[in-house]
Amino acid sequence: MPNEGARDSQAFRMSRRKMMKGVAAALGALALPEKDAPAVVWEAFFQKHFRELSAEEKAKVLARLEKEYSETYKKAVKVRATQPIEGVLYGYGLDLSRCIGCRRCMYGCVAENNQSREPQIHWIRVLQLNKERGVDLEDAEEYYNPSKVPEKGHFYMPVQCQQCESPPCVKVCPVQATWKERDGITVVDYNWCIGCRYCMAACPYGARHFNWKKAGLPPADMNPETHYLGNRPRPVGVVEKCTFCIQRVRNTPGRYTACVEVCPVGARKFGNLLDPESEIRYVIENKRVFILKEDLNTRPKFYYFYAT
Amino acid sequence: MKRERVRRVRVLTVSAVALFLAAGIAAAAPQKEEPAGRKSGATPHGPQFAVPKPPFTPGIFPCSDCHKDMKPNPNRRELKDEHTGVVLNHAQGQRWCLDCHDIANRDKLRLVNGQRIGFDESYQLCGQCHGDKYRDWRAGVHGKRTGMWNGEKQYLLCVHCHDPHDPSFKPLQPMPPPVRPENIKK
Repeated sequence: MPNEGARDSQAFRMSRRKMMKGVAAALGALALPEKDAPAVVWEAFFQKHFRELSAEEKAKVLARLEKEYSETYKKAVKVRATQPIEGVLYGYGLDLSRCIGCRRCMYGCVAENNQSREPQIHWIRVLQLNKERGVDLEDAEEYYNPSKVPEKGHFYMPVQCQQCESPPCVKVCPVQATWKERDGITVVDYNWCIGCRYCMAACPYGARHFNWKKAGLPPADMNPETHYLGNRPRPVGVVEKCTFCIQRVRNTPGRYTACVEVCPVGARKFGNLLDPESEIRYVIENKRVFILKEDLNTRPKFYYFYAT
Repeated sequence: MKRERVRRVRVLTVSAVALFLAAGIAAAAPQKEEPAGRKSGATPHGPQFAVPKPPFTPGIFPCSDCHKDMKPNPNRRELKDEHTGVVLNHAQGQRWCLDCHDIANRDKLRLVNGQRIGFDESYQLCGQCHGDKYRDWRAGVHGKRTGMWNGEKQYLLCVHCHDPHDPSFKPLQPMPPPVRPENIKK
């Protein structure tokens, strides 16, 4: 009579544990780049978190991206990783007494920051509000479309990333793909983002946007002056947001943001909060200023004011 | 004895550091430039702010091309033959052309104190009444200012946005609204 225990040990036994291991390994293998994938795909796959890259690694990554984008968009694309300027904390002012709701900023932003045109992604949303009700977001209208603005009895409030000092979106990111830089700009590493959209749920300003589809960005309209943490083309499945035009403002001298440049009424103000001579400090010291949803203690660096 | 020396050395070091700091501050102080937007001089001579050319109607400037052979008429009246397109909608009860345009030199504007200024300094003229706006404008807060946030900036003249004869800002056609979520193509 053969020993049953011995027979069992020789036979192939598929335990639940073994099976789950196999399934996990197979799924993991599926997530890898395919066998014949070009070397750049493997490089992108194994790229480290942006803040852990050494100078040489960073240069390599930027060169790889420049090559990739230049081929895709048929023009010489620059991808920079300009560091923050010391002693600078960016702040933004928006004059509610001036804004007429013409939406020039919305489209100026898209042209500068390479957002998808189709499907649309807008980093700025312009809200039409009722003068009698004041800043009542329950009563805000985003899709107004009269022949001329401003409309009687209304005022307009553009909303974009408020560049919080305590950004809730950064707190919730499970992989630290988004963080606040030393100059106060909250950025996203699009190569590290896993697309879980926790940050979108956490942001009280609706300032983060998800790439559901491949960006519809015509090569002719593509802005080739880009920043790694800013307006470089974004892959599918990552979150993006306003970066105060990081590709412009981190230079010395650095241009104003695209929305400041395009605003026909001069309602938008930008500058260094640490410089007592800057226009943003003038605004804070001399005008009636408020920040949006102050009660949430996100401490935005985006100041709405009323100049008249 | 030794302790005394150490002490003296320490005193010397401290005073040397203080001297050095003072010298550093003194040297650094004059280098600090006053930013373009914060000067408080009342009526400076010559253009103080970098502005683009005033937005003249094409072919109208210099005014002296026509006016040099005409005898100026200082009497307040409605113009019937020329400049009929100019309808004053700007405190029209209190003033007329020659309150701002100089009677002797038509290529200049005139401040209330009689000083003549060029059209590229018209902000001084506007600032006589709109002092609060002028103050904000100089700081770069009223009106649009472009250029470099940490470098050279370009101002616009008041008249680039406000017609001086009819200054309220004219309504604009808005850009198209974003696509409603229900209309996004699948």
